Amino acid sequence: MTFDFSFIAIQVLNGLTNAMFIFLIASGLSIIFGVQGILNFAHGSFYMLGAYMTFQFVSIFTDSPHQFWWAITFAPVAVALFGGIIERLLFRRLYGQEELTQLLFTYALVLILSDLVRIVWGIEQHSVSRPAVLRGAVDIFGQYFPKYNVFIIILGPCIAFLFWFFLLRTRWGRMIRAAAQDRETLGALGVNVNRLFTIVFIIGSWLAALGGALVAPATSIRPGMDIEVIINAFIVVVIGGLGSFWGTFLGSLIVGIVYSLGIIVAPRLSIVFIYVIMILILIIRPWGLLGRPLTLER
Amino acid sequence: MTKLEKLVLVTVLILIALIPASGSRFYVFLVTDILIFAIFALSLNLMLGYTGLISFGHAAYFGIGVYTCALLIKKAGLDFLITLFAAGVFGAASAFVIGLFCVRLTKIYFAMLTLAFSQIVWAIAFKWNTLTGGDNGIIGIDFPPYLDSKVKFFYFVLFIFALAVIVLRKIVNSPFGRILVTIRENPERTEFIGINVKLFQLLAFVISGFFAAIAGGMFCMFNHSAFPDYLYWPISAEVLIMTLLGGKYNFFGPVIGAASLLYLRMLSTSYTEYWSLILGIILCLLLFFFPHGIAGFVQDRFYRWKTTK
Repeated sequence: MTFDFSFIAIQVLNGLTNAMFIFLIASGLSIIFGVQGILNFAHGSFYMLGAYMTFQFVSIFTDSPHQFWWAITFAPVAVALFGGIIERLLFRRLYGQEELTQLLFTYALVLILSDLVRIVWGIEQHSVSRPAVLRGAVDIFGQYFPKYNVFIIILGPCIAFLFWFFLLRTRWGRMIRAAAQDRETLGALGVNVNRLFTIVFIIGSWLAALGGALVAPATSIRPGMDIEVIINAFIVVVIGGLGSFWGTFLGSLIVGIVYSLGIIVAPRLSIVFIYVIMILILIIRPWGLLGRPLTLER
Repeated sequence: MTKLEKLVLVTVLILIALIPASGSRFYVFLVTDILIFAIFALSLNLMLGYTGLISFGHAAYFGIGVYTCALLIKKAGLDFLITLFAAGVFGAASAFVIGLFCVRLTKIYFAMLTLAFSQIVWAIAFKWNTLTGGDNGIIGIDFPPYLDSKVKFFYFVLFIFALAVIVLRKIVNSPFGRILVTIRENPERTEFIGINVKLFQLLAFVISGFFAAIAGGMFCMFNHSAFPDYLYWPISAEVLIMTLLGGKYNFFGPVIGAASLLYLRMLSTSYTEYWSLILGIILCLLLFFFPHGIAGFVQDRFYRWKTTK
């Protein structure tokens, strides 16, 4: 084992890149949990759909020089609309039911979407090429680091700040935060909570699909990517605190960096490190690093 | 148990025992699979339906059973019956350790923690190549000489199933079982009448882990192999679906659920490769239209028919 500084630096940067992908997915999961109280297993499926739709849109805009940018604009919107329809038609009927019922409904969506993806796009792997501007690598301490990853590391915090600004300063953001605190009072104040739920679900799906769209050029698009990612997203929100925005950001950083540094220390066990952190958090601070303890029964 | 129920149970067991006489290897195979998963689902339901604890990581104990049997047979050369018992003990012991942490949490956090622990068990099976063979698993686990055919193994599984049903039935109808139901209905009030809720939840967890691991041990012998996939989280979800499909508020619900689900899967694979899609649709129908499962639906209809008569 060598503790080569530049190698560690590259691993940290790789960890940061992964952290940003996980953040996009986990932030959507977290906001849906915060407002609706639903732990959404299907969130990973929306991420997968985002990646597949990006692939689809890239092939539609194949003549345009900006095909990638068109694709990552349209794909998340398409998935978000789909999420909104699902919420309107199906999810809505399950509000107020047992947690297990809601949980299993989201799992039913996972099952259905995983096969629909197989039916529509086949079982083979697909790939999306990086946009011309972001091809190639930059030199970091003598090691090559893909330009695309640099783009992601910069973009991640930008999205986080925009989203945070939206939650903090806009009317809809305020209502979302209020709904996370107390849905009933918000309803009593004359806010259409049902519409708010739909909007939150659309935003959450959009974030997941954006994660999928951005990850598309960095990985292969294949069936099964939904199941792999959802557990990581769960771990992030548990570590950071379910429903806590910056907690999710912190959780993503921890998971991303621990995973990539863990590979240096013990290649086989790096996945175990993350589960151990999650378990420690659940035992010591079940509400997560930056979350608040639940005082009311949800 | 009423006389009628006993009669039905014995008749069903005899009918199952007659299956090999039909000469159909297909049904012997299918019913063995069903019986194993029925024990697994029954073990889960002790927590879910009786104690009101949502375990989203039950594949862990099933998988611990699988790997205990596989490793003790392959590496230590022990006899299958001994390893099966060891599997149960290991399953119960790990459920005790994991349960100690889990019962401190409630509801969704309980489910998350059970999921997290099961993922650790999965990661160990998946990554510890030198012991578990990692992704390649452990293969070539042969039937012991006294169970040297699929039919003999079928009768063995049926015997264990009957034993498990009798024991679990005794447990849920005992004062201990009644306390579990009380906890499900209202943990706070149960605490107020002087019952140590966490202790009883932990005991239910341990018993459940024992039976799940027994089912796992038999599944290992049934497949002659052990793979990390047997304890990945979708298995936890599948056994939950079985339990709900049958009906969690009926003792035999999980058995009905396991039988229906595995039969449907067998049926569907001859027509289509998209089993997940079918399972997802079944699950949706179940959640929206039959929230109490097949047994709950039948019971409800039976009750209505009786009252209108």
